[in-house]
Amino acid sequence: MKTFEYFKPTTVEEAFGLLKQFGAQAKILAGGTDVAVMIDDGMLTPDYVIDVKGLSSLKGIEVRENYLWIGALTTFSEVIHSDLVKKHFPVLFEASKTVASVGVRNRATLVGNICSAVPSADSAPTLLVLNALVEVKGDTDRLVPIKEFFTGPRKTVLGVSELVTGVRIPLETRKFGANYIKLGRYDGEDLAQVGVATFVSEDLEYRVSFGAVAPTPVRAYEVEEFLKGKELSDALVEQAIPIALKSISPISDVRASKEYRMHVSGVLFKRSLKASFERLRGQGPAYGTNLV
Amino acid sequence: MQKKEITFTLNGKKVWVEVKPYEKLLDVLRDKLGVKSPKYGCGRGECGACSVLLDGKAIRSCIVYAIEVDGHDVITVEGLQANGLTDLQKSFLAHNSFQCGFCAPGMIIQATELLNENPHPDEEEIREYIAGNLCRCTGYNPIVEAIMDVAKKK
Repeated sequence: MKTFEYFKPTTVEEAFGLLKQFGAQAKILAGGTDVAVMIDDGMLTPDYVIDVKGLSSLKGIEVRENYLWIGALTTFSEVIHSDLVKKHFPVLFEASKTVASVGVRNRATLVGNICSAVPSADSAPTLLVLNALVEVKGDTDRLVPIKEFFTGPRKTVLGVSELVTGVRIPLETRKFGANYIKLGRYDGEDLAQVGVATFVSEDLEYRVSFGAVAPTPVRAYEVEEFLKGKELSDALVEQAIPIALKSISPISDVRASKEYRMHVSGVLFKRSLKASFERLRGQGPAYGTNLV
Repeated sequence: MQKKEITFTLNGKKVWVEVKPYEKLLDVLRDKLGVKSPKYGCGRGECGACSVLLDGKAIRSCIVYAIEVDGHDVITVEGLQANGLTDLQKSFLAHNSFQCGFCAPGMIIQATELLNENPHPDEEEIREYIAGNLCRCTGYNPIVEAIMDVAKKK
């Protein structure tokens, strides 16, 4: 069994000091639903574990200035039960409900999900279509657009001593519809074989993002450009599918083959786009409805 | 090796226990505190057999370090039934919901959280809440029916 020393700082400054002191030997612990498993598997071998759950300033969901702030310690269950999330970005409620199971969501944090940076992270496609910004505490504090945050499987732009304090989602003044759809093999705990998030605003700006079908969660800019300004129709969706699929490069693994993932990506893209468009028009399935 | 004495409330009583930082809550409950209802299933938070209530929320004690619950409140099935079987447990018995029983404590914990939050869940909500609790014997229907029964009576 891998041993480590445990620290539980109470301020961000104190946590940052420990991260600076221990560098690459330190690992941040929030919900632990990934970290504890990775330590057990030997994929992580930290000498120092910094439990950030004592940092009260990283808790909560708030509207600040022109964005919705989700603190780094906010669990998926808290996102799901948040009235602010349902009011401003119900698609984030929808995506959070697809994460693992209740017993994991009670502990796992949304920020931890993006910091683990697995390609199938369920929160990532939605944060990508909402143009979220990641708040990073470091020697120089910075705001990283989520589209630049992921650099590879389990890799992010974060430096060894940097700490994510929260994510900011710019408030949308336009009417919009959005959707996240995930295909897992069964409900509860399974990772996505494919995840698709879509967004369409009243002036017909489209945003599309895929999870689990590329080395990182990706935006599909080419199809966004193709759809821009166009009223959605069945014919248009059919034309859009091959363009959308140009942005992904799935692999075969234990959960699905690349051919299957490619096929299902098209199917889910179509379903998701239609749902977003119908929601924009005030129709369509309620947020949280499972469309698989 | 760093050791730390932690204090937390376990089934309504304060307990003190010395832990190493890497010891899991599940192991400390079972091996140091003699609380045997949470079970070791998968050891990675996927099967739900080790579920306990932490500050009222069901969590997976196999992927929580004991040191993390210092100062918190932990409830296991032993605590739920301290004054006799709960309505939920009686309903599980009446419906013959379990065969081998290995998943039972986790199911009871997860269903207890659900009914505390929402006394009248529908079948879809029940299935969503227990989706992460694996049962290899029953096919889930008698478990869902038992929870439905309690939800209707409350």
